[in-house]
Amino acid sequence: MFEPVLLRNVDVPDGYLLSTYEAGGGYRALAKALREHTPDEIIDLVKKSNLRGRGGAGFPTGLKWSFVPKRAGKPKYLCCNADEGEPGTFKDRIIMERDPHQLIEGMAISAYAIGAETAYVYIRGEYTLAIARLEQAIAEAHAKGYLGTRILGSDFNFVVHIHCGAGAYICGEETAMLDSLEGKRAQPRLKPPFPAVEGLYASPTVINNVETLACVPHIVARGADWFRGIGPDKSPGPKLYCLSGQVRKPGLYELPMGIPLRDLVCDHAGGPLPGRKLKAVIPGGVSAPLIPERGLDVGMDFDSLAAAGSMLGSAGVIVIDDSTCIVKVATRIIEFFHHESCGKCTPCREGLNWVVKVLRRVEAGRGAPGDMEQLGALCKGIFGNTFCALGDGAAMGLRAALAHFEHEFVVHIEERRCPFH
Amino acid sequence: MTMREKIEEAASRYPDQRSAIMPALLIAQREHGHLPGPVLAEVADILGVERIWVYELATFYTLFHTEPVGIFHLQLCDNVSCMLRRSEDLLRHLEEVLGIKKGGTTPDGLFTLSTVECLGACEMAPVMQVGDDYHGDLDIARIDALLDRLRATVRRPTGADLAAAGPPGE
Repeated sequence: MFEPVLLRNVDVPDGYLLSTYEAGGGYRALAKALREHTPDEIIDLVKKSNLRGRGGAGFPTGLKWSFVPKRAGKPKYLCCNADEGEPGTFKDRIIMERDPHQLIEGMAISAYAIGAETAYVYIRGEYTLAIARLEQAIAEAHAKGYLGTRILGSDFNFVVHIHCGAGAYICGEETAMLDSLEGKRAQPRLKPPFPAVEGLYASPTVINNVETLACVPHIVARGADWFRGIGPDKSPGPKLYCLSGQVRKPGLYELPMGIPLRDLVCDHAGGPLPGRKLKAVIPGGVSAPLIPERGLDVGMDFDSLAAAGSMLGSAGVIVIDDSTCIVKVATRIIEFFHHESCGKCTPCREGLNWVVKVLRRVEAGRGAPGDMEQLGALCKGIFGNTFCALGDGAAMGLRAALAHFEHEFVVHIEERRCPFH
Repeated sequence: MTMREKIEEAASRYPDQRSAIMPALLIAQREHGHLPGPVLAEVADILGVERIWVYELATFYTLFHTEPVGIFHLQLCDNVSCMLRRSEDLLRHLEEVLGIKKGGTTPDGLFTLSTVECLGACEMAPVMQVGDDYHGDLDIARIDALLDRLRATVRRPTGADLAAAGPPGE
């Protein structure tokens, strides 16, 4: 039986209060980090743990931190990516609503490691309860000396500010988030320079996801070997899985990395709705290519899913059953990406516009011969040719739907109707 | 605190005033309900930044409204997880009972109906945000009960209220 790590407080009454967090051993990892470790030792520890970013890309966290120059001559910044916009994802919201101190402690240790004295939490504006809980937690942590100047008697000073987003999915892309924080329209930047060298206000900046930062206190408290012992060695740790869609028990599940997708959906989340059969699962938010039912025995970790042609992404697991038309799902997903395209680069802005037009007419039974080829050509024109991963995610998802459920698209075009209506 | 004081306090968190435009717009929208041109100009003046910088953010980000919205902004998610839980049926029902189409506002100014992209609460799909609050696991009966509750919170003056207030002008 796996003992929850990240979610151990979420069902505790008043789990969001400092007193509850302290009673469970909270902020002892911060004290340990400040008293027993140099910043470089913390970076080494996180490197050894093999912690990889939980926002979607899976980049090694310790390695990212090590790119920050030691002597920059400018302030360094930590940004927490709490702009959770990937459809099907709600894990960060639940951490912030129910256990915000876990995140604050993780930020404090991470900031100590990279030498930052200021953090901004970029949180989506819709999350009003999470914002209120986090504001309260920051105030409590300040009053108790876990934030502020000379924290716990050390030389480490650190403050956390909240910055509310205003409804743009693209802000989850780290350089678009930096532009948004600087008061501009959120559009991705050309890399290099990478944020670790030139990020917020052209200063060295580390951007980490909420869940990534929440792992850090546990690694400090229990060691890198403990963390690496959970799940696959190259992609280890406790993991939050967001289950939604046509499944009996939607909700947030904490289990080891690498758990088979089928076990997650069928055992933990109760399987398909009564009288229905599983058809496909999107394993990591709508940017992740869907996996047909026969492929569900794949492990839920970065490397296994990549090898299977999909990705872990944000671990937003969306379950689709046999009553659902894949053309409709694909159309809705592409409409989303089209709506959220920031408009900066042509393949994404114009390409997705055309994909939406073709998919809508196919779905409505007005498809034309050649539309399948047209969709393939549009995906080819988008994939690999865009500024950021938004366009790639859209093209990869559509390619998977076209590959695994080609017959459904063909039936729509040939019979000029949706077989599900 | 006045709007100006709130905006100035928000601005103190950043080394650059331009960063404070987003928080300032959120503050101004809470104050005014939406963000018409004069409010955008006021925000720019308080922060001492270019007006075009304020205008471009007010029109780029979907949570900012440059046109008025109803007292209750019904924001129904129609992204995949909610769609799979039949949010379309709820949209059709809302359009029917409110007598407006998606994007419209009821003539009494009470309700604006929108569909929105994923609200990040898919475990309770289908979900709708109204003001600050999320309402999840919705079905038609729950939608009807919610509309009744919302209507009841806006109490219209009755004859007795008017009598108690005395004749106008006094």
